[in-house]
Amino acid sequence: MSRYSMRLRIKRTYELEGRQIGTDRKLKRHFYNTLKIKVDGRPEDAVVNVGDYIIIESDDDDNPYVAQLLKLFCDETRKVKKALVQWYVHYCEVPKNKKKLLGRAPHPQEIFYYNDPSCDSEVDAETILGKVEVKHIKVEAPFPETQTNNTLYVKLSWDTKTFKAIDMGLTKPWDTVTTPPKQGTQSPVVESPKSPPPSASSQRGPALRALPTPDPTVMRRASSTSSYTSRTMSTGKIRSREAESIHSASKLSASKLLSEKRRGRATSGPAVRKKLELSSPGKLIEEEMLSKLMDEELAKKVSSPTKTIELSISLVPLMDPRKSRRQEDEEEEAFPLEPLQSPDQPTAATLDSQDTTRDLHGPSDDEFVEEGVTRISAKTPQRKATPRRSNLRGPSRTPSRRKDLSSAFREPSLGVLEEAEHEHSPAEPAATPRSKRKSAQLVSGKILKQLDLLNDQEVDSDGGEEDLFVPSKIDLQSSSDEDGMNGSDDELVSRKSRRVSSSQTPRSTDKRRSSTRTPRKTPSKKAPPPAARTPRRATPSIPTRTLPARNPDNVLEEARARLHVSSVPESLPCREQEFQDIYNFVESKVIDGTGGCMYISGVPGTGKTATVHEVIRCLQQSAVQDEIPHFHFIEINGMKMTDPHQAYVQILQKLSNQKATADHAASLLEKRFSNPAPKKETTVLLVDELDLLWTRKQNVMYNLFDWPTRRHARLVVLTIANTMDLPERIMINRVASRLGLTRMSFQPYTFKQLQQIITSRLNRVKAFEEDALQLVSRKVAALSGDARRCLDICRRATEICEFSGGKQNGARLVGMSHVMEVLNEMFSSSYVTAIRCSSVQEQLFLRAVIAEFRRLGLEEATFQQVFVQHQALCRVEGLQPICVSEGLAVCQRLGACRLLLLEPSGLDLLLRVRLNVSQDDVLYALKAD
Amino acid sequence: MSKRKSRETHMLLGECLSQAQKILRRRFCHQDVPAMPAGLDSQHKHLLELLRRTAVHGESNSVLIVGPRGSGKTMLLSYVLRELLEEKDVNKNVLQVHLNGLLQTDDRIALKEITRQLNLENVVGDKVFGSFAENLAFLLEALKKGNRSSSRPVFFILDEFDLFAHHKNQTLLYNLLDVSQSAQAPVAVVGLTCRLDVLELLEKRVKSRFSHRQIHLLSALTFRQYLEVVCTQLSLPSDFPDSRFSEEWNNSVRKLTEDKSVEDVLQKHFNISKDFRSLHVLLLLALSRVTTSSPAIQPTDLVEARRLCAADYKANILHGLSILELCLIIAMKHLNEIYEGEPFNFQMVYNEFKKFISRKSRSIHNFEKPVVMKAFEHLQQLELVKPMEASTTKIQREYQLMKLLLDHSQIMESLQRYPQCPTDVKQWAASAFA
Repeated sequence: MSRYSMRLRIKRTYELEGRQIGTDRKLKRHFYNTLKIKVDGRPEDAVVNVGDYIIIESDDDDNPYVAQLLKLFCDETRKVKKALVQWYVHYCEVPKNKKKLLGRAPHPQEIFYYNDPSCDSEVDAETILGKVEVKHIKVEAPFPETQTNNTLYVKLSWDTKTFKAIDMGLTKPWDTVTTPPKQGTQSPVVESPKSPPPSASSQRGPALRALPTPDPTVMRRASSTSSYTSRTMSTGKIRSREAESIHSASKLSASKLLSEKRRGRATSGPAVRKKLELSSPGKLIEEEMLSKLMDEELAKKVSSPTKTIELSISLVPLMDPRKSRRQEDEEEEAFPLEPLQSPDQPTAATLDSQDTTRDLHGPSDDEFVEEGVTRISAKTPQRKATPRRSNLRGPSRTPSRRKDLSSAFREPSLGVLEEAEHEHSPAEPAATPRSKRKSAQLVSGKILKQLDLLNDQEVDSDGGEEDLFVPSKIDLQSSSDEDGMNGSDDELVSRKSRRVSSSQTPRSTDKRRSSTRTPRKTPSKKAPPPAARTPRRATPSIPTRTLPARNPDNVLEEARARLHVSSVPESLPCREQEFQDIYNFVESKVIDGTGGCMYISGVPGTGKTATVHEVIRCLQQSAVQDEIPHFHFIEINGMKMTDPHQAYVQILQKLSNQKATADHAASLLEKRFSNPAPKKETTVLLVDELDLLWTRKQNVMYNLFDWPTRRHARLVVLTIANTMDLPERIMINRVASRLGLTRMSFQPYTFKQLQQIITSRLNRVKAFEEDALQLVSRKVAALSGDARRCLDICRRATEICEFSGGKQNGARLVGMSHVMEVLNEMFSSSYVTAIRCSSVQEQLFLRAVIAEFRRLGLEEATFQQVFVQHQALCRVEGLQPICVSEGLAVCQRLGACRLLLLEPSGLDLLLRVRLNVSQDDVLYALKAD
Repeated sequence: MSKRKSRETHMLLGECLSQAQKILRRRFCHQDVPAMPAGLDSQHKHLLELLRRTAVHGESNSVLIVGPRGSGKTMLLSYVLRELLEEKDVNKNVLQVHLNGLLQTDDRIALKEITRQLNLENVVGDKVFGSFAENLAFLLEALKKGNRSSSRPVFFILDEFDLFAHHKNQTLLYNLLDVSQSAQAPVAVVGLTCRLDVLELLEKRVKSRFSHRQIHLLSALTFRQYLEVVCTQLSLPSDFPDSRFSEEWNNSVRKLTEDKSVEDVLQKHFNISKDFRSLHVLLLLALSRVTTSSPAIQPTDLVEARRLCAADYKANILHGLSILELCLIIAMKHLNEIYEGEPFNFQMVYNEFKKFISRKSRSIHNFEKPVVMKAFEHLQQLELVKPMEASTTKIQREYQLMKLLLDHSQIMESLQRYPQCPTDVKQWAASAFA
């Protein structure tokens, strides 16, 4: 269990205090107001009241969770104490790909109100560590300049999708309750400062042996990963967070199984080994490795985006409060709260000091050691049972935990380490979420930066640490033997350095070149035109413009540009699960060097093609970074070819720049995919609008799905179409069978998703009222769930807003009225207006049609019959009757705009007339006149 | 001296008249770029802004202009385009492609036409090289290589947009609209159609790519506004060379529209249709009656023009028939009355005709059957009668079922006006039963 940490060495006793304030009979709960935490060796107890902000232990000791205590209760037996909390998150807990949504650099002390109903807000009261001070600040207000770093600030809320201003009503009432007295139990510290000798010595054994814990890389890895994957409480949780979406975690998708399966395999893969080497540290001599890492870090720093730098900065001050606290109470066992300072030196330092203090306090006693260990192990199950925010646990979890337990008997802290490794390192290459991959570097960069800083501060503590490190190293080695880690330190280092150099420029440029080769845009100029029938070597291009395009110059124009469907968003919101599944699928195939087919369906405008493109972009990125083998991406679109057999020609052209006729191309491709070749990259083929590749014999589709099954093909085919049951409907059996069962369907967007899509596109450009957005997204979700439609409506709304408001006020917001206008424009049927705007005789003719229908009792009549009615009506209305030719002209005009449905006009008088609008609509339109 | 002078002014008048007629004819025949259409201010603004954004900002757009025939769709568009091209930063910065669904009847032709109009590099002279597939790939590649900021915006103007929707797979529409929704060369796809239900023709993936902007040109003109339109349409522009003449002309036009009989005529015309095109036809007919002897449009001219416009074509045809043919038509009319619109064959008509000859006719002598047959076939050629089924091979011609394509009112009306129609024939036609 990863949350086994040193803090277990402190014995805390929790007591519910005060009188019982309420009982829930149904749930058999007794509610209390106050929790007293008694820590061994401290004179006074920490008292936590309902409404206080608390810190709760996490796997990452340095970064405990912050929450607000809402309720305290226990069950009948009074044994199990629970607390209901409102969570807050640190910036580092926000998934990385969402971080940019904040749109500014976070304050180091900033936390976010966590608004996610799916998150379990009930925790075991015994995980509460203490109180912390939290202040709510208005969104516009600046962060107060304080030197004391114990206070955390809240400005925004985070609902797993967006940052929002907090509804102050939610938190206000408690604000009064907080503002704790600024002494004694102030701030995070709850553990009593003094540990009496016996308990100290009881801690001592494990502590001593636990000293090696801070194997830097592992800890760093663990801590940083968990800090990045928002609050990870259990492995299951971690994994689900890695999947980057809460809702995705709740679905057990095929990809999960896939990744699970691959996990086993991938551990032996070369790429993985590299990762493991990186993360399983025991081998490295610290100094050497540090310097190496720092070098690498420096190299990275030059090129790394500013964001990562900001990140690292934001992380640093987190340790300060605790450090100051530590200074406050020297002997205190601050380990569990050890901040994010990458654990090597600082922890070593503290351990050192702790050791000495403890030595001073009392003799080390073996008995105590035993006692400590057993206590810990005894405690384990209980801990396990504490409810966590999300109960999802990967099935593969159990064995490793068992191992951990056994090792925990030996060395609890080591268990932590091992666990951490088990959880993170294999997951790294195998579990594959893109965040992971992309993050791998960032994360290590983050850590290293911190390391850097720390290095400056506390260089001297290095020596002690190294000593302490030795024992754990052996253990780790044994535990990670399976990873084939038996190279010497030197070797590792050298490999390391190789990697460093490789990640630098020369290779990457090389990669870039090769990635540009992936031929989405192979200009036909480059093609050697053997049979170019075009005169000269024509380059397809549109002439360039003489004047540069103007850039948007007010908010509404800016918003409009962002809302255009074509503007590619930084990340695609709302399709995390699908993204993950496709990513896993393609990545696994690329890594294995095998082939496969996948069928993706969904109504238009649900992001199918965009998601696939994003997947490919991510994969290409990681290919450039050498994390996966290189591959070739080809895209064809059934709509963009004149004939299904052209698919061969286009594939061949994009694959090898050859031109050939369809038949020839087919045979060339056949050869290519069935014969082994020495250096063959995997080819990823995206077939959009698959249904248009249908032919009578279906040989195009057959081939497309047959090639991936060849042994040497290394072809991954992703197909996209609109209908879910396309394989069943139009494919003959042998084709459908080859397509296989890997299917995915994109559901139409719900209104919440649409809203999120708009907000993420707008990205803090304030152009819309909240209600207006909601109206648009609800309307579209109700009609089609088509994101394109949604964006188009918003775009039109900005136009209407701009022109209705006149020129001078640039800071207008698009409101409900504008949106309503657009919706009317786009969705209202124009028939009624058309009838109202038609001429007198046309209206009369429509009435004649209805009169004739009523007379006949049919919905169809000939022109001659209607015309008789028409002339009668003319007389009634006092108009001069029109002649037949004019009557026919009137009728034809109505037919042309499809108010009437007519037969071809050759039939003249006998032409049959039907209404294309309901009779009620016609009567309504005519009556309103 | 005085004689010469008067001749001079006369000459001048004739010149002025022909000049005026030339200007107005060009206006009515849509050869000039039209003036700002009346009553379409918001639509005009919408379209102008949309196209300007494409031209200036490089924002891709798609829009449909929907309105009944003759409501001024093309007029509006060409007015907007002219206005745009007058702007400095738009001029020479845009490319235009004009397609018409009636001309480009399939995607192959349309693609060639696009390539030709864009003058891409596979065009030599007026010829476009390459197969259909190559052309498509070439065009798409060209558009794909463009981007928002650097390549010239292209206006695709698709007249009779609904006909493009009938092309196979709607490939052209899909690709154009797809370009307009992706980060490629900026395009504006403008469709013109008179079908209100045009969106239902689009396939769903094509529909999804269309921005759903529709500009409806449904004129809500009142008769007063209509009269004003007539007035402005007939008026000469201020830059007319002879100002005195143009003033006189414009005054006469104003007087004309105030005339009661003209108002009646125009009201009738307005009742039938509000569209501008039929109005132009009417005015053109009136205009062509202007001569030097009557150097302004008279109310009678308009009345006469209206009479021409409103003439019943079939009744006109009846005027040119022989008595025998007319008799056959009358016989068919009676048959229609007897059998309540059921089809008839030649034999029945012939029998009816014989009955008439034997009983009532004094002026018409008996015709041989082949002669009558010949007359009947002539009627069929004129499409006054129509066979029920197309296949004529199996049935003998005499017994083939036919239908009359004339209304009773048409027959009676033309009989009244038929020159020297025998009275007994007239009586026969008027009698309820033969």
